[in-house]
Amino acid sequence: MSLYEQYIAFATIVRKEIRRYMRIWSQTLLPSAITMSLYYLIFGSLIGSRIGEMGGRSYMEFVVPGLIMMAIVTNSYSNVVSSFFGAKFNNSIEELLVSPVPNYVILWGYIAGGVSRGILVAIIVTVVSLFFTRMQINNFAIVVSVVFLTSVLFALCGFINAVYANSFDDINIVPTFVLTPLTYLGGVFYSLDLLPEFWAKVSQANPLVYVVNAFRYGVLGVSDVSIGFSFGMIGFFVVVAYSYAMYLLRTGKRLRS
Amino acid sequence: MTPALKISGLSKTYGNGFEALKGIDLEVGQGDFFALLGPNGAGKSTTIGIISSLVAKSAGKVWVHGVDIDQDFPAAKKFLGIVPQEFNFNVFEKVEDILTNQAGYYGMPRVRAKERTEYFLNKLGLAEKRTTTARMLSGGMKRRLMIARALIHDPKLLILDEPTAGVDIEMRRSMYDFLREINAAGTTIILTTHYLEEAEALCRNMAIINHGRIVTNSSIRDLLRDLNKETFVLECQGPLPVEVTLDNFAVQRMDDHSLEIGIEKGQDIAVAFEGLRQQGIVVVSMRNQANRLEQMFLNVLEGNA
Repeated sequence: MSLYEQYIAFATIVRKEIRRYMRIWSQTLLPSAITMSLYYLIFGSLIGSRIGEMGGRSYMEFVVPGLIMMAIVTNSYSNVVSSFFGAKFNNSIEELLVSPVPNYVILWGYIAGGVSRGILVAIIVTVVSLFFTRMQINNFAIVVSVVFLTSVLFALCGFINAVYANSFDDINIVPTFVLTPLTYLGGVFYSLDLLPEFWAKVSQANPLVYVVNAFRYGVLGVSDVSIGFSFGMIGFFVVVAYSYAMYLLRTGKRLRS
Repeated sequence: MTPALKISGLSKTYGNGFEALKGIDLEVGQGDFFALLGPNGAGKSTTIGIISSLVAKSAGKVWVHGVDIDQDFPAAKKFLGIVPQEFNFNVFEKVEDILTNQAGYYGMPRVRAKERTEYFLNKLGLAEKRTTTARMLSGGMKRRLMIARALIHDPKLLILDEPTAGVDIEMRRSMYDFLREINAAGTTIILTTHYLEEAEALCRNMAIINHGRIVTNSSIRDLLRDLNKETFVLECQGPLPVEVTLDNFAVQRMDDHSLEIGIEKGQDIAVAFEGLRQQGIVVVSMRNQANRLEQMFLNVLEGNA
């Protein structure tokens, strides 16, 4: 396929993905807005006012970047896992597999779908957060690049989950038993300084620590981890996940007989 | 001329040790209407799966319009249109979106994709259902949607895996007409089917695959010419005698009005009619007991069981 034809194939996959989640917006976009409003209300306004400062900021200011990142992680992941597994489940993935679309175009098409939903939800929950607190961006370039890399990373993780999943139960196991605990333990609601030394070190194996802190640095200018190291770790996880997803597509594991 | 499809020594052994294909060779010429026949589990769908990249081969080579799939599978895929046995579209998508998206996967610009979609929606009687989600279509419409989708990028080789399964007679006839039309326009067609009268009506050449091996590969005309014995059912006037015999012919009385008679190669059926007439039996009508191709198919399979 020429580069132009590959671009058309990519645009087709992305358009299809966006139309899919926009068609069911009440299941894909609305829940995050409602959930995050409740987080802002309960953790930020009600409990947060009694906590006082964290990381040199009011608790509400501290928690908002983490919650926005949590929405991005959840949505970019669940968009790809549900869409790709759905296509695998009803065999419509064969439409792509029998076509001449290169594997990397298929993968980037699904990633772009997940990224677009992650960013759209991020915008929604950011707008909602403005009803609860002020927000000043410390470094716009860092914010944009962290949002992009994070949504790519978790879209890739969703893709890998979808390839291995045999049933709809399997696509819920990872978000419930892995993603949610990692998010809650990734410094969304607290500074790592509050943890005992041992648990602070254990937390460094959690990729969510880096995405939450890098984003918080971009917004507030405060972070538990150095921004350079955070970017390095996010980049490392992206490369590993991308390589593995490409390996799955190239070998046809769980996709071809 | 480069064959539309060439297969050499193609083998497939699944992970559980089952040998679905045991080194098949096959060649289908450009413009041919070719039948790939065989009982369930013979290896037809595995062969199609390998050609379409959904199944990984264990050994052998496949060329589509001269393009080696090991060298440049994407280029080979551009020549191919596949209509699989099972419905494999997203049932929640609109009919027109399924077609337009498929064209996009082949790199077709959106304006052109919409024109092609429009053409096939009209051609295959789906125009009124363009905005309907695919799950709301009848079985016959779903089959037509699969054919339209396979043709949307204008492939040179169309492979249909049992395309008329579950389709009513009227719809089947219109599908036959459409397939003849695109074949006449130059598209090579390979058809697998369990309806042997379908293969006889549509195809010029055929191969029979059994237990993962090609057991026959010839023109249908030649194969039928080689048919050694045909069995006919004769409908007769008036009640037949209790015992009906005929020298040199195997005759069996079915009921008061019908006989079954076996005619071997070289025998003259007029002799049989004359023998019956001498016994006062008047034949009103005659038909093949089984489709001729079916008879030949069974003979071949019995010979290779």
